[in-house]
Amino acid sequence: METINYQNFRIEAENICVDYNGKVALYDANLRLKPGQICGLVGMNGAGKTTFFNALTGFVNISKGKIRINGESVRSAQKDQTIAYVPQNEGIDSQFPINVWDVVMMGRYGSMNIFRCPRESDVQAVKDAIERVDLTDHLSTPIGNLSGGQRKRTFLARAIAQRASILLLDEPFSGVDIRTEKLISELFIQFKNEGKTILLSTHDMIHVREFCDLVLLINKTVVAYGETSEVFTPENITTTFGGISPDFLFGPES
Amino acid sequence: MELCSFLTLDSFITDPLTHDFMRKALVMSSLVAAVCGFLSSYLTLKGWALMGDAVSHSVMPGVVVAYALGLPFSLGAFIFGVGSVALIGFVKQKSRVKEDTVIGLVFTGFFALGIVLVSKIKSNIDLHSILFGSPLGISLSDVKQTIFISLLVVILLSTFRKDLMLYCFDPRHAKTVGINVSFLHYLLLTCLSLAAVVGLQSVGIILVVAMLITPGATAYLLTDKFDNMTIISVLSAIISSLIGIYISFWFDLETGGSIVLAQTFIFLFAFLFAPRYGIFKLKKFFAGYK
Repeated sequence: METINYQNFRIEAENICVDYNGKVALYDANLRLKPGQICGLVGMNGAGKTTFFNALTGFVNISKGKIRINGESVRSAQKDQTIAYVPQNEGIDSQFPINVWDVVMMGRYGSMNIFRCPRESDVQAVKDAIERVDLTDHLSTPIGNLSGGQRKRTFLARAIAQRASILLLDEPFSGVDIRTEKLISELFIQFKNEGKTILLSTHDMIHVREFCDLVLLINKTVVAYGETSEVFTPENITTTFGGISPDFLFGPES
Repeated sequence: MELCSFLTLDSFITDPLTHDFMRKALVMSSLVAAVCGFLSSYLTLKGWALMGDAVSHSVMPGVVVAYALGLPFSLGAFIFGVGSVALIGFVKQKSRVKEDTVIGLVFTGFFALGIVLVSKIKSNIDLHSILFGSPLGISLSDVKQTIFISLLVVILLSTFRKDLMLYCFDPRHAKTVGINVSFLHYLLLTCLSLAAVVGLQSVGIILVVAMLITPGATAYLLTDKFDNMTIISVLSAIISSLIGIYISFWFDLETGGSIVLAQTFIFLFAFLFAPRYGIFKLKKFFAGYK
């Protein structure tokens, strides 16, 4: 079991910039997260949320700045399976011929041999992960036959099976049923207690207040970052969403 | 008509086997079909049908140049196949033209170059056999090349079977857990070029793309498990090859076209009658009578 030093940073992103063929998607973005912290990533579509995730996982290269994961490079974080990415439901091909068990097993691929033959320990990790997301009855169900919530839980199980210490979740609450939402929020508390660090993007302001210790508001760059209670103010949100009043986003009662 | 009067099912199958060229054609085409069928499940899931078309057409000038220089034709074909992919990637990155346009543009350019070369290089190149395949006239050196390339592709695909599946399904996750995604990308492209090279002997350059996508598409309609999809794809490709060659033998039809038509009919059958994904959804139909 790894010993967790709660003072060290899990994620350190310093002045990172990402551009796609000269088009700037994100610039001068900073983020520091410690073990056990849950941070909400809030911004409009196209504000750079997915780009931020891609930079942290190394799926895109940053053109400037520095990223440290547990004090090391992104490359070695990949080798150590440190980061798990849970995609949005829209981000995956739900018609792909694959079942729940095989998706979750993909969480173990990085630590297997070249033929990806599961060892006893891999099988156990997958079993445990599937149990934690309550999908034991669906081991051999093709992902195309799952509900949106079940599919989301499948990918969460993959992240659990990977034993990552950092979880990046793209819209974890969009298109899921109440049961899944409750299960995910329980898991978040468990992850926090296990010292995992969570960065999640969301459109739902209520979820930010409910789960996130910290919030990062972005619009191509960081608009505001800090404790949710201090930073998540109507003024900041308005800036983030390009002048739309929070009343419109929250509804008039808040 | 005389043909049909003495034809029994038994002699339908055994008579062609008395000819050496038929035995060779049946074995080699089945091998080629199996290789293309194996690759096919990856290409259909990755959405690379157009890429398959592009690579298979682009090998044309390579085949012609190799023949003219007396080199193994597979070498020339492979170089141009990979070259076309590199060029597509380059033009796409450096211009604002959309990818499908670039693909169409590059492969037709290569194909045209091949045709022009054939008309210029007066040699014993048989344009017809390059364009439409000649499984019945396959030479001994071609047999050796085909076996070698087929084994290579099968070994590569089998070794990286699961990684390639992950690459098709969720490349972002693959990258996140430290799997070399660009290696897998080029591995799949290499296999595609090699499969196009062997496939063009059976059905020719113009139709080889069918060998690379139809079996996979058929299998995709019939199963929800990736491993089963691969098996079905390979089997349907082999069966189509055998049917195509027999039909072409007995009815004196173009062999390459017959093989591809057999594949198309098997696809149509799956399209209509696949238990879960067919038009008639036979599973539901029978469930109703229980």
